[in-house]
Amino acid sequence: MKYAFFPGCSMESTAGDFRMSTLAVAEALGVELEEIPDWSCCGSTPAHATDSLLAASLPARNLAIAQDMGKDVVVCCASCYSRLASANVALAENADLRAQVAEITGREYAGGLKIRHFLQVLNEDIGLSEIKDSVVKSLSGLKVACYYGCLLTRPKELSILNDPEDPQLMDNIMAAAGAEPVEWPYKTECCGASFSITRTETVERLSGDILRMAKQSGADCIVAACPLCQSNLDLRQADVEKATGEKIGLPVFYFTQLLGHALGIPDAALGINKLMVDPSAILAR
Amino acid sequence: MRIGVFVCWCGSNIAKTVDVQAVAEAAKDMPGVAFATDYKYMCSEPGQNIVKDAIREHKLDRIVIASCSPRLHEPTFQRCIGDAGLNPYMVEMANLREHCSWVHEHTPETTQKAIELVRMAVAKVSKDQPLFRKDIDLTKRALVIGGGIAGIQAALDIADAGHPVVLVERTPSIGGHMAQYDKTFPTLDCAACILTPKMVDCASHPLIDIWTYSEVEEVKGFVGNFEVTIRKRAKSVDETKCTGCGLCLEKCPMKGISSEFDESMGTRRAIYRPFPQAVPNKPAIDRAHCRLFNGQKCGVCQKLCPAGAIDYDQQDQLVTENFGGIVVATGFQLWNHAALGEYGYGKYPNVISSIQFERIMNASGPTDGHIVRPSDGKTPKSIAFLSCIGSRDDTHGHAYCSKVCCMYNAKQALLVKDKLHDVDTYVFYMDIRANGKGYEEFVRRTIEDFGANYIRGRVSRIYPDGDQLVIKGADTLLGKPVEVRADLVVLATAMEPQHDAKDLARKLGISTDQYNWFSEAHPKLKPVEVLTDGIYLAGACQYPKDIPDTVAQASGAASKVIGLFSKPSIKSQPMIAYINEDTCAGCGLCTEVCPFGAIDLVEVMDRSKSTREKQVMKTVAQVNEGVCKGCGTCSAACRSLSARLRGFEGNQILAEIDALAESKRS
Repeated sequence: MKYAFFPGCSMESTAGDFRMSTLAVAEALGVELEEIPDWSCCGSTPAHATDSLLAASLPARNLAIAQDMGKDVVVCCASCYSRLASANVALAENADLRAQVAEITGREYAGGLKIRHFLQVLNEDIGLSEIKDSVVKSLSGLKVACYYGCLLTRPKELSILNDPEDPQLMDNIMAAAGAEPVEWPYKTECCGASFSITRTETVERLSGDILRMAKQSGADCIVAACPLCQSNLDLRQADVEKATGEKIGLPVFYFTQLLGHALGIPDAALGINKLMVDPSAILAR
Repeated sequence: MRIGVFVCWCGSNIAKTVDVQAVAEAAKDMPGVAFATDYKYMCSEPGQNIVKDAIREHKLDRIVIASCSPRLHEPTFQRCIGDAGLNPYMVEMANLREHCSWVHEHTPETTQKAIELVRMAVAKVSKDQPLFRKDIDLTKRALVIGGGIAGIQAALDIADAGHPVVLVERTPSIGGHMAQYDKTFPTLDCAACILTPKMVDCASHPLIDIWTYSEVEEVKGFVGNFEVTIRKRAKSVDETKCTGCGLCLEKCPMKGISSEFDESMGTRRAIYRPFPQAVPNKPAIDRAHCRLFNGQKCGVCQKLCPAGAIDYDQQDQLVTENFGGIVVATGFQLWNHAALGEYGYGKYPNVISSIQFERIMNASGPTDGHIVRPSDGKTPKSIAFLSCIGSRDDTHGHAYCSKVCCMYNAKQALLVKDKLHDVDTYVFYMDIRANGKGYEEFVRRTIEDFGANYIRGRVSRIYPDGDQLVIKGADTLLGKPVEVRADLVVLATAMEPQHDAKDLARKLGISTDQYNWFSEAHPKLKPVEVLTDGIYLAGACQYPKDIPDTVAQASGAASKVIGLFSKPSIKSQPMIAYINEDTCAGCGLCTEVCPFGAIDLVEVMDRSKSTREKQVMKTVAQVNEGVCKGCGTCSAACRSLSARLRGFEGNQILAEIDALAESKRS
């Protein structure tokens, strides 16, 4: 199974562990992720918050390059996924936009590629039974709260999930790896996203709600699929605890890290040592 | 041939831009015209008298009225010339108003166009043939489909006027949704108290036959002469023997079947009647759940029945009956909120629908009217009512307003406070639509006297926390997110057409709108009729309605049927299609394009090939004169010019075109 891989900026920096674990899991399951050569930023929130043409052009450049690779594009970052997928639809549907974008990027792209999230590849292409068979270190006994956030679920038309209100893709994978996904209501609540920098107290409140709900629902840890969600829940957890004086202590993994662990990949190769909330106690069980 | 031309001013409507006198003058020189004049209002009584007098005085035999659209006054002038002794169909209208004066400026060309329109009408009228209406017999017996309050009201009104009615209902009892309700807004009279007497009236009325557990299978024929096949499903109970004692209901071992009437809030057995006041008050066996019909040993009901009424061998019966008119009163169903992930997909036991709440509130419901939570039977201390669940929500396929929810939310919030006192009520709403007699006052009462907390905004998520439900939403008046904790959440789910409304529409040959509500003939002026004569709509099968509107429309539909039955026979419309069987090749194209299903293919003797010794048959099209509306689609489609339209024959249309071409040449 070969795919054109778009890592995105986060996975080069704060989410380096997401990248490490993704590539390690892919290799272990026989998935070939070929990086799109000379890829550039997807534009993320700043582009589409300021200029719709810019928001289409930045992903379009990457898609035009990927087009020559002739494979489905695989993305891990939720924001990159959202931008690439929405530009893909916009370019296919709007000829005027297509012409404008082609002039800016100097490349023709008329839609047609399939943009997939790695969660879809695991669920649909590899399959849950294959994952189950590949597990060497079952996560049994581990209660996980799968957290999907906003960008993988909205808008409904772009959602990777056939069920945006109660998504299951991560839950399925965690269950296949032996863990016990908890039922909880905050799977798709907002973590506060990029307000982490400009209005930290808002993020502390929103992410705090998510952390407390996960804990209250009996989870031992949270599993995330977005670099910004993971960072807000993990990195800001100490601030949340300080603000409320309430100990939470929930490790926040990327789904690829926990899956990699179950597949027997050494924790160091998954970047697990990079997490802020120490997961060693729950992984040692 | 002596043609009279009468040019109307229509006040200033035509005369302002058309020189009407010049038109009348020009008409005098047209071929066959013996008389032409103009008048200010040709449709008025003096105007019509001018026409009548001219017919006598000048011995006119064909008339052209140059005035407005034939849609407005063709019948007026048909009557007018009929009174003067001509065949009513020897008149043509030249539309000088909609087609000329209204759409052009006051220029010489406008008058020229008016003259050409008159020339065409003169050419056409010269080819007109007298047409005659036929009398069609009429069966003075009505079919009412659907035994809810709409069907009950319509049946009673028709029967009270002296005509027999068959009331067909697919569940084992009439009563419909109204029988499920507790009290009714805005007067709070109990639904059963006002409905059950009408149900009993239906049952005891000598002219009403109630066929429950029955459905319409096929509808043939046309107004006055419908031939309807009805499936009377096997109840496995002989109604002529059953006394309704109810012993079988107590002894049937198949308990715990979810009750449709109680909306899954209660249970029934395999032999059941939907509710104790059912009409007819005789049970039916639900074969899907009956032990005996599922290969197990049983037969308890048969052994116990003192009347020997249980008949396991009963079969469905297909009955074909004739009716003159049909009232469609099939009502609505409620949208299943299990499609909503944000409200728990119907998985949280304490998130229920409003109709379920009605059953809990109802004194004869599964909880005897005690308001308790489904999860643990505890009395709720706080209840949230959510409006517009699926309604006004295009993403879930109902862009329309369900119309009654605002009112029943207010009613339920009021009644629950009245019953429990120690309860907080919240109503989440988008807008309060309380437009009916006493409705706005009622909502104010709920808010002001019964302390309901009305929150303007939608709910984004419901989730359980402990044994309560957390409701997260927006208060759009405060511009803030709100969170309410409630013991019970009641969802006002959208009303939608019955799941098989489209099937029934196809059987009846009537049309539906984009949602599958049945379409009326005119949204304002024919709200009860459909485009097929003899079929009328009553109640929520047309669009969401409350009880007063439903009853009003049902009586409206009934009066249409009574009006239809008041005539000795039906007059056929003569301007309809006919087939030249000699040239028809039986290709069937006309049967496909006919929007009314008025054309059938039939076998007839082929006169060109048959001899005295040997008959050769061929297939040709045949127009059902009672059904044809004279739209002309068949005659436009026919490749051999065999399908023709009376009053619009080929030579008439060609004469018009020739007249137009001639005026262009000159």
